[in-house]
Amino acid sequence: MSIVGKSEIRVDAFDKATGRTKYYEDRIPGGALYVRIKHAEIAHGFVKSVDTSEAERIKGVVKVLTCFDVPEIDFPTAGHPWSMDPGHQDVADRRLLNRHVRYWGDDVAVVIAQDEVAAMQGVRAIKVEYEALPFVLDAQKAMEDGAPQLHENAPHNILKHTSIRKGNYEEAIKEPGLIKVEGWYNTPTVQHCHIENHGCYAYEENGRITVVSSTQIPHIVRRVVGQALGRPWADIEIIKPYIGGGFGNKQDALYEPLCAWCSTQVGGRLVRIDCSREETFVSNRVRHAIRFHITSWIRPDGSMAARKVDLFSNQGAYASHGHSIVAKAMGSFPQLYPCDNMECDAYTVYTNIPAAGAMRGYGMPQASFANDSNIDECAHAIGMDPVEYRDRFIMPKGFEDGFSKNVNYYDSHRECLEKGKELIDYDRKKAEFALDKGPVRRGIGCASFWYNTAVWPIALETTSNRMLLNLDGTVTMQCGETEIGQGADTAFAQMAAQAIGLKNYRDVHVISCQDTDITPTGLGAYASRQTYVAGFSIRQTAEILRKKIFEYANKLTRQSVDNMDIVDGNVVRKGDGKVLISLKELAMTAQYNQQDSEHITAESTFTIQNNAYSFGCTFAEVEVDIPMCKVTVKNIVNVHDCGTLINPALAEAQVHGGMSMAIGYGLSEQLLFDQKTGRPLNNNLLDYKLSTFMDHPDLEAAFVENPEPTSVFGTKALGEPPACSGAPAIRNAIYNATGVALRTLPMNPHNLFAAFTEAGLIRDSFEEGK
Amino acid sequence: MSQYKLIHCTINGKEVEQMIDVRASLTDLLRNDFHLTSVKKGCEVGECGACNVLIDGEAFNSCIYLAAWADGKNIRTLESLTGPNGEISDIQQAFMEETAIQCGFCTPGFIMTAVEILETKKLYTRDELRKLLSGHLCRCTGYENILNAVEKTMKRRLGIPTE
Repeated sequence: MSIVGKSEIRVDAFDKATGRTKYYEDRIPGGALYVRIKHAEIAHGFVKSVDTSEAERIKGVVKVLTCFDVPEIDFPTAGHPWSMDPGHQDVADRRLLNRHVRYWGDDVAVVIAQDEVAAMQGVRAIKVEYEALPFVLDAQKAMEDGAPQLHENAPHNILKHTSIRKGNYEEAIKEPGLIKVEGWYNTPTVQHCHIENHGCYAYEENGRITVVSSTQIPHIVRRVVGQALGRPWADIEIIKPYIGGGFGNKQDALYEPLCAWCSTQVGGRLVRIDCSREETFVSNRVRHAIRFHITSWIRPDGSMAARKVDLFSNQGAYASHGHSIVAKAMGSFPQLYPCDNMECDAYTVYTNIPAAGAMRGYGMPQASFANDSNIDECAHAIGMDPVEYRDRFIMPKGFEDGFSKNVNYYDSHRECLEKGKELIDYDRKKAEFALDKGPVRRGIGCASFWYNTAVWPIALETTSNRMLLNLDGTVTMQCGETEIGQGADTAFAQMAAQAIGLKNYRDVHVISCQDTDITPTGLGAYASRQTYVAGFSIRQTAEILRKKIFEYANKLTRQSVDNMDIVDGNVVRKGDGKVLISLKELAMTAQYNQQDSEHITAESTFTIQNNAYSFGCTFAEVEVDIPMCKVTVKNIVNVHDCGTLINPALAEAQVHGGMSMAIGYGLSEQLLFDQKTGRPLNNNLLDYKLSTFMDHPDLEAAFVENPEPTSVFGTKALGEPPACSGAPAIRNAIYNATGVALRTLPMNPHNLFAAFTEAGLIRDSFEEGK
Repeated sequence: MSQYKLIHCTINGKEVEQMIDVRASLTDLLRNDFHLTSVKKGCEVGECGACNVLIDGEAFNSCIYLAAWADGKNIRTLESLTGPNGEISDIQQAFMEETAIQCGFCTPGFIMTAVEILETKKLYTRDELRKLLSGHLCRCTGYENILNAVEKTMKRRLGIPTE
C-alpha cells in the first residue's frame, strides 16, 4: 500500500484552518521590550554623529543604541551552509548597525522601549548627522571609473566576476551565413512579499541567547548570530515556529543578530523586532535585478553556432547571497540550449539599493526571461515555430553536466513541451490568433526553464533525522528541513510512514518547530531541495528504527530479524505475512519491561553527493489591448517533470503559487527608487503590484512523472521551478500577438507604451488592419 | 484628551467590556486583549487583508478600524467558527480539502470574507467571487484553490451539485 503518491490533507491544515497555528508573534511572552530601527535617510554616506538625547527623554524608552555602539565585527548573512574553506565562505561586509550607510534604509540606530509607540517616537526623535556621498543605483554604472565605491575591497564595486568559455566563440562566428540575434534583456528588482513580515524575539537564559524567529534556516542563523556577536555558536539557540511564507527572503539572517545583541544590551531581557511591511520591502532582501546582453549566432536551420552572454547582477548594498545567484543564472545557458562555442561573463556589482538575496528561482526567473525571449527571437529570425525550435534545440535526452554530474535521464523537456502544447491547444489557437489584426490581438507563447534540485557540489548537502517510536505505535519525527508553508511536513510524514511501514501518514508526528538545541542539524528550506534531501535521511533513519524494532521483536517472538517486515504498523513475518506483534504492543512491552526496557529511537545523518535536474515549461495565452497597453493572461499552463509526486494535490498547489508569482513578475512587479535620492518609492503593498485575485485566469498545473534515479522516493525540485518560466511565456505570447519583442520586465502599461510606440503600433489614430 | 475609553461589544458571541487605548486598532484589541491570534498583521494599513474580521456581518480590515469604533458592535473572528467541541465549519473543511492552505497566514482573513459571501446565500460566478475575494493578498496559493474552496462551499450550501 503506497502512502507516497497520494493527495493527503496537509498535517497542519486543521490548525491553520482554525487559526490556532502560532507564528512567532503569537508566541511572544508578555512584557517584551520593543526594538525599533532608525533607518538611514540617505543612499550613501557616513554617519558623523547621532543625537539620542531627545529620544532618551521619551517616557518608556529604555535604551538607544547606535552604529557607534556595536561590536566591530563584519559578518555575512547568506543562508548558505558554512564552508571550512575560507575561500568559499560568504562575504562578511556588514555590521549590526552601520556607520557607513550604503542604501536608503540601512540600519543606523535602535530604540528599545517598553511599548511600540514609545519605540517609534524614539526613532523619530533620533537626529543623525551624515556626511553624504555620491551614490549609484545601476549595476553597470557602478562598474564605471569614478563611480562611488561601496566597499573597500571591491574595486569598481565588483563583488565577483566569473566566466564560462566553451569552444572558440571568435572563430565560430566567422562561419558564413550566420544570423545574429542580439538584445539587452532587463529584469527588475522585486520582493518576496510573504504575507507574514519577518520578525523575531530574543532573550538570555543561563548565559546563552535564545532567538525565536520567522526564518527558513534556523541552524544557519545560529551560526550567523554567533559570528555577528562574537560569541561561540553553541551559545545561541534559534527556535523556528510556523512561518507565514519565506520565498528566500528568510533564507538569510535578517534581524536575528541585531535582536540577539539588543537583548544582551538590556541585561538579557526579552526584546522583539517586528518588521513593518515597508521595512520588509527595503531592509530585508530583494531579488537581483539582472541585465543580460545576449548575442546568438544561428545557422539558417536554426542551430546555434555560437553564443555570447553577459550578465550584470545588481547586488545592492551588501553581499548576502552575492554571486551565487547570477552564477546559477549563467550556468543555465550552456545547458538549456546547448551550444559548442560560448562566452559568458557574469558580474555581481554592489550598488546603493537594498541588498539582494535568495528569492524563489535563485537567478532562474531572470535567466529564463532573457534566454527564452532570445530563443523566441531566434525562432522568429528563421521563420520557425518557437515550440518547434525548442523541440529541436533544447537539451537532449542523455545530456550530462560535467560539474553537477546531473543527467537528463529522460527526454523531460520535450515531454513537458508536448504536454503543454496539448493542454493549451497550441496549434489551433496559434492559427486562429494569427488572424487578429485589430487593436486587440491574441497571442500564444511558451518558455522552458532549467533547474537544479540541490546545491551539491557547490556546497555541503547534509540532512539529519530523528525518529522516536511512541507507546501507541506511532512515530515522532524531527527533521532539519523546515516547513515554511510549502507542505514539507506533510511530504515528510508520507515518506516516513512508507519507509517505516506504518498504516497512515498521520501515524508520523512531525515536530514542525525546529529548535537548534534539540532538532538534528539540517540546513533548512532553500534550493527546492527539501523533499529530495530529506528523503535520504528519512529512509536511512527508518532503516535503523526498523532494525531496532526487529531486534526487540526477535526477543518477544523468536522469529528471525531477517524474516521480519513492518506492514500497516504491525511487525509481520515475511514468509506468510503473519502478524507477529503490533508496534503498539512492542513499544509498550519494550518501554515497561522490568528486565530489559528500551525506548526505541533512531537518529542519523546522510551526506548527499548527488543533484538532480528539474525541468518544465509554461504555455501562456494573452489578449493584448494595444491602445490601452494592457495585457490580460487568458490561459496559462505549467508542466513540470519534478520526478515522482509525493503528494499530487500539494504539488499542484505549489505550482499555482509559483505561477502567480511569475505572472506578477511578468506584468506588474517592480520596486522603484527615486533616481535623485535613492529613496524607495513604492515599498508598500498598495503601490507595489503583486498579483491579486483579479490578475490571473485559472491556473493549470500538469506533470510528467519521470522518477529521478538518484532520489530515494523518485522526487526532485518543485519549490522554485514554477516561478521561472511564466514571465517569458507571457512575453513570448505578447510577441506572438503583436510582433513586438519586449525586453524589459515588468510588461506593464508604462513599458508597453514605450515599446508599442517605438514599434509604430500606437499612433494618433488606430487604423484597422495595420 | 482622555487616552482610555471603556467599550462594550460582542466578540465571538460573548459580550465583553474592555478598557481600550483610543489609539489602538481593532487588531490590537483582538490580539493583545483577547488573544485572538487568528487576526494576522501583514501590513497594518489595510492592503493585505490578513487581519480581516466580520463586524456586524461585514468584512473589515481590523488594522484600520479603531478599537473605539467597536463599541456596540458584533465582532467575529475565525476562532468563532470552531464549535465548543472542536467541530469546524464547512468552509474550513473545504479549505483543508481543496489544498487552499499553505503557509496559513492569509487563511483566517480569507475564510472570514468567505463567511461574509456565504451568508448572503447568493450564487456567484467564479469571476464575481474573484472580485469579492480580491481584498486579500496571498503569495503561496495563486488563489486558485481558495477560489475552488469558496465556490464549492457556496454551491453545497445552495444545494447545487459540484463535480
